[in-house]
Amino acid sequence: MSAPEARRVESPTAPERGEPAARDYLDAYARMVVIREFEQTIHRLFLKGEVHGTTHLSAGQEAIPVGVCMALAPDDYASGTYRGHGHALAKGTAPEALAAEMLGRATGVCGGRAGSMNVVDLEHGLVGCFGIVGGSIAAATGAALSGKREGRVSVAFFGDGATNQAYFHECLNFAKVLELPVIFVCENNFYGEFTPMLRVTGGGEIAARAGAYGIPFEVVDGNDLWAVRAAAAGAVERARSGAGPTMLECQTYRHFGHSKSDPARYRPSEELERWLERDPLTVARRRLLAEGVSEADVEAVETEAQGEMERAAEAALAAPYPDPHERPATEFKP
Amino acid sequence: MSAERGSSPGQLEFRVAIRDAIAEELERDPSVVFFGEDVAAEQGGVFAVTPGLAERFGADRVFDTPISELALAGAAFGAAATGMRPVIEIMFGDFMALPMDSLVNQAAKLWYVSGEQGSAPLVVRSAVGAGGRFGAMHSQSPGTWFQGIPGIKVVAPSSPGDAKGLLKAAIRDDNPVLFLEHKRLYSIKGPEPEHEVLPIGEAAVVREGRDLTIVSISKGVRDALQAADTLAGDGLDVEVVDLRSLRPLDSATVLASVARTNRLLAVEEGPRTGGWATGLLGVVSERGLHDLDDAWIVATEETPIPYSPTLEDPFLPSAETIVESVRGRLGTGVETAA
Ligand SMILES: Cc1ncc(C[n+]2csc(CCOP(=O)(O)OP(=O)(O)O)c2C)c(N)n1
Ligand SMILES: [Mg+2]
Repeated sequence: MSAPEARRVESPTAPERGEPAARDYLDAYARMVVIREFEQTIHRLFLKGEVHGTTHLSAGQEAIPVGVCMALAPDDYASGTYRGHGHALAKGTAPEALAAEMLGRATGVCGGRAGSMNVVDLEHGLVGCFGIVGGSIAAATGAALSGKREGRVSVAFFGDGATNQAYFHECLNFAKVLELPVIFVCENNFYGEFTPMLRVTGGGEIAARAGAYGIPFEVVDGNDLWAVRAAAAGAVERARSGAGPTMLECQTYRHFGHSKSDPARYRPSEELERWLERDPLTVARRRLLAEGVSEADVEAVETEAQGEMERAAEAALAAPYPDPHERPATEFKP
Repeated sequence: MSAERGSSPGQLEFRVAIRDAIAEELERDPSVVFFGEDVAAEQGGVFAVTPGLAERFGADRVFDTPISELALAGAAFGAAATGMRPVIEIMFGDFMALPMDSLVNQAAKLWYVSGEQGSAPLVVRSAVGAGGRFGAMHSQSPGTWFQGIPGIKVVAPSSPGDAKGLLKAAIRDDNPVLFLEHKRLYSIKGPEPEHEVLPIGEAAVVREGRDLTIVSISKGVRDALQAADTLAGDGLDVEVVDLRSLRPLDSATVLASVARTNRLLAVEEGPRTGGWATGLLGVVSERGLHDLDDAWIVATEETPIPYSPTLEDPFLPSAETIVESVRGRLGTGVETAA
């Protein structure tokens, strides 16, 4: 069966083709630093009792959402996971609005209702972050139905563990059959919660699973901003041209444990050390310098990013808690 | 039923009661197996309920699975239909939406639809309930999603002793049983159960009183007991009934209690519409109207569960909201049996 003809609409904000300039990578690096600072700040605030419940930090995985979003237009769609702070920040959510959400404040991007695991930011095309493993895959697949009409593409971020969910298999097949403009971005950090990926992944390969559904796939160094952006740009081009979905398996590693209560003792320390040497921030910094960006310019964006996060955290800490009487909850949109 | 249940001191921790029940049944019956996500890891699951079981019983009996809830429940069904007694863990009750098809359309149907050829003796354990700031997708109580499904039992203990006795009964039960463990109960302690197994489907009067019956289940029972202590100071003598299972629903125990107190309050951690409390008031008005002077419900608002502490706290029933509701409803000058 051949897929129905897509009616293509030129996106008004289609990104320029071709390799971005060094300045763009410097900006992207700055975003990665913001995400890192954000995660460290949330970690600190959690220990101080300001962040409640649980959190799943994405430190170590920053190059993936940032590299993918470099290849997107601002009005493209994305969905993320409970490990979603980086997804939101890369897609455009303001650090202050996100931090306030973590702190349960009224000024949070969801008014304090969502918390760390379920952030939604429709204004920035973030259809949602889902506490249910695999949920992001479906949300992005559906957003690609809209995207196909609008000339927008849609990205699903999810983990290696999610590729064992029915959501993954059903949605990949669905997206291929309908040739949807969706990019499946698996952040393979080699662990679910405490269980190594290889112990629960039949065949041991993730990207290749997409091949079974006729979807082009690529294994990418997820700690290399340049590699991620290039792979994403190819996938975006394919999606926008009507050639359907792509799967990118971006290999990476989380620096923290799975969630706040996990010291991650199940990971061999040599393994962690090896990955820490390939910290995506270090990799990006080195490359920027090698490409001729000056140390002073790199330091300037780092200082600026740290300052941005500090101001965001201060503002969030000063924000009021939501008052259920002031803004009564409604079950339905009136 | 002893009036001290749930309030007298004891050394059995709720999570250990559950671990012990699984271990004892694994020991006693080779057809029992236990599997789930990260349950065999060193931590023994995210709530540290099952550490040590994998080491003790080996990978044939206790094992980790991929993150595949539908496969978990479907495999449990197929294994149960062919002679095993699987106990599976669905990490959070909210994830129950994923395995629901197999539970509802396979496990719950086999016995009746097959003309009673066979049944599916499986247990689905799951951590449920709010109050931990886990947000809308990690805090729900899915018992009522299943209450209207004939063929599956829905159990939710309120004390360590009950948890152990009921879980052992669930594993020995020849039918599918959903076993819901409130997250806020895992660290509480209580006495060892008096009997090895506690029959499923029997509610318990956990505190006797003459003026008002408060019915709840799971953590709500503890809130009700605490509220009853406070209300005793007002001169109100409150009886507390622990349903212990939503299906089967022991309405006889509730009706008998209402016959003594003539007033009924049902406390549910979940929305009022379509909840078990509404159904219970329906049963009592159908069959016990002559005994009834008053009946009402304390439940949650009709929205998903919020994250922020200032939203989640007032959203949930608690001992304080129960006391407030009773005082508001009955006034201070209520005529008591004393
Ligand atoms: C349906 C469902 N099952 C289980 C969980 C509990 N859980 C949360 S994260 C996680 C591990 C997910 O691993 P992976 O997909 O690799 O993503 P990562 O956390 O590594 O980013 C599990 C099992 C969940 N949130 N949803
Ligand atoms: Mg992972």
